[in-house]
Amino acid sequence: MTAVADVMSSVTYRPAEAHLFRAAEAEFLYLVPSGAIFRMDGLGKEIVDLVRKRELMRSEIVGYFLSRGCELAEIEITIDELEQAEVLTSGRSKPAAPVVPLQSFPLQRVVLNVTNQCNLACTYCYEYSPDKIAQQDGKPKYMTADIAESAVEMLIKESAGREGLHVTFFGGETLLNFNVMRSTVEYATRRVAELGKRIEFSLTTNATLLTPEIVDFLSEHRIGVTVSIDGDQELNDRMRIFHDGRGSYSVIAPKIKDLLKRHRTNSIGARVTLTSQVSDVKRIYRHLTTELGFDSVGFSPATASPDRLYHIGTQKMDNILDSFAELAWEYCDYALVGRQHGFTNVSDTLKELNSGVSKAYPCGAGVGLLGVGTAGDVSLCHRFVDSPVGKMGHVKNGGVDHEARGEFLATHHIGARYDCHTCWARPVCSGGCFHEAYIHYGQTSAANLHYCDWIRGWNDLCLQILGEISVRNPSFLERFDN
Amino acid sequence: MSRLNPINKKARKVEQAIVAAGGDVEALQKKSNASPGRIYYPMGCTLNFTPGWEIDNSGGTAGLCQPVERDLFDCYLGCGWPAQVPDHLNNAPDWTDKCASATNDWRKVDVVFP
Repeated sequence: MTAVADVMSSVTYRPAEAHLFRAAEAEFLYLVPSGAIFRMDGLGKEIVDLVRKRELMRSEIVGYFLSRGCELAEIEITIDELEQAEVLTSGRSKPAAPVVPLQSFPLQRVVLNVTNQCNLACTYCYEYSPDKIAQQDGKPKYMTADIAESAVEMLIKESAGREGLHVTFFGGETLLNFNVMRSTVEYATRRVAELGKRIEFSLTTNATLLTPEIVDFLSEHRIGVTVSIDGDQELNDRMRIFHDGRGSYSVIAPKIKDLLKRHRTNSIGARVTLTSQVSDVKRIYRHLTTELGFDSVGFSPATASPDRLYHIGTQKMDNILDSFAELAWEYCDYALVGRQHGFTNVSDTLKELNSGVSKAYPCGAGVGLLGVGTAGDVSLCHRFVDSPVGKMGHVKNGGVDHEARGEFLATHHIGARYDCHTCWARPVCSGGCFHEAYIHYGQTSAANLHYCDWIRGWNDLCLQILGEISVRNPSFLERFDN
Repeated sequence: MSRLNPINKKARKVEQAIVAAGGDVEALQKKSNASPGRIYYPMGCTLNFTPGWEIDNSGGTAGLCQPVERDLFDCYLGCGWPAQVPDHLNNAPDWTDKCASATNDWRKVDVVFP
């Protein structure tokens, strides 16, 4: 045996970091941190199964499979490929991957909080509840057209070479300042056309102020709409109430039906906030899709300190995971026959798992997205608008504060969230929402440890669904490729 | 093809990288997309060698890059085919100095001894 072969055969192999899951009677590996997913079968699976029991030298692996009648070349190639794909890892030193500092992050989207006022008084709202972090004293209640246009100019300037831009209108209740929204859409459309770029708009609203004229405008400008609604009348009206305590359902239901009927140029989704008192996922989903006619429904728990009455405790969150699972498997059944299902929590996660994301940051906040307050202050995202945390400049006075943004990104990178370093779900989760962390732990850089189990449970479920689809109807996954 | 079963886009990228790392030089093995069944000739590359010189796939030099020397340079700069030409960067930087026009002066291209 040559010296080289001798060294090779004494190399020790062990399984690399991965999450194992089963679906469609097959076994899969979700590799961490690359986010690559492989279905395991044949000799490859047998080698991994063997090495999983205990670390083995290459010569031991080769010997074991030779004795079972496998060909030497086949064994060698398979071991090499498993090592190159980082399914197996050996003690041999590998050149360290270069750390590429994130130096250029062209802006893609601004969220304009066109007003900090709202005609509803939803109990859980992070802008008005005791967990509120915005300090609006001295700030105007409504954004002026001048500030909004400066924000659009900032987006254009900071977008560098990006072709497609996006403006989201947010509040308070956005439609309380519809005039500025309308003039901003017209201004931005004109400016972007001059530059040969593209722009899209979206809007989040409680739907109370929708009128036929507004619906026409939204449809004409292809504005994507997210409607905040918590289900049928009984569920919605527990939290989503006017200032005098009346529920909002009877006001919004006819307006939403009109919106869904006449606005067909962009997606219209429902966004449900789950609380301790509103958590019947299936009932909410059925109502919003079959009764009201939404194509897509997304659910998210209210961000709240643990001592709030409406905070969802761990027990309740576990129940929610169970009902999410029921609805998610329904999604899977639809997918297997090529039908689209409207449970967007699944489609959003499948999209990320299918592309194999490995995130440095949990979301686009501070990277491709920034929030803008009524006075023109730039912040990390819409949730931090007008708060002392996450300030990143002013649309008129110098635009984006690159130093503040750079410092934020340096200290909030997944590499700095030590709690996450042993978790298999970190490629998709990356520590979770900065705002959620700030409300729970008082600092944006904390990992959201209160929902780790939940996130792992959810991602495991979605991996199983992905595995199931990949075996039984792989062409369905092509819709996530773009 | 590898022995792995990639399921998502990232896994397919990993597989591509592995196949590429263990792969062969494909330039002249690749099949032409334009006319299936025929061999694909990369730009500036020929298959036939007359003594000491290259011709294009029609048997002449008209289809070669201008000047013909460029074809030689592309062999090793573009195609990674260093055996065909002297090392133009370090050891024989002036091996084509007397060959101003390859069509006329090709006999003046120096012979280089290692």
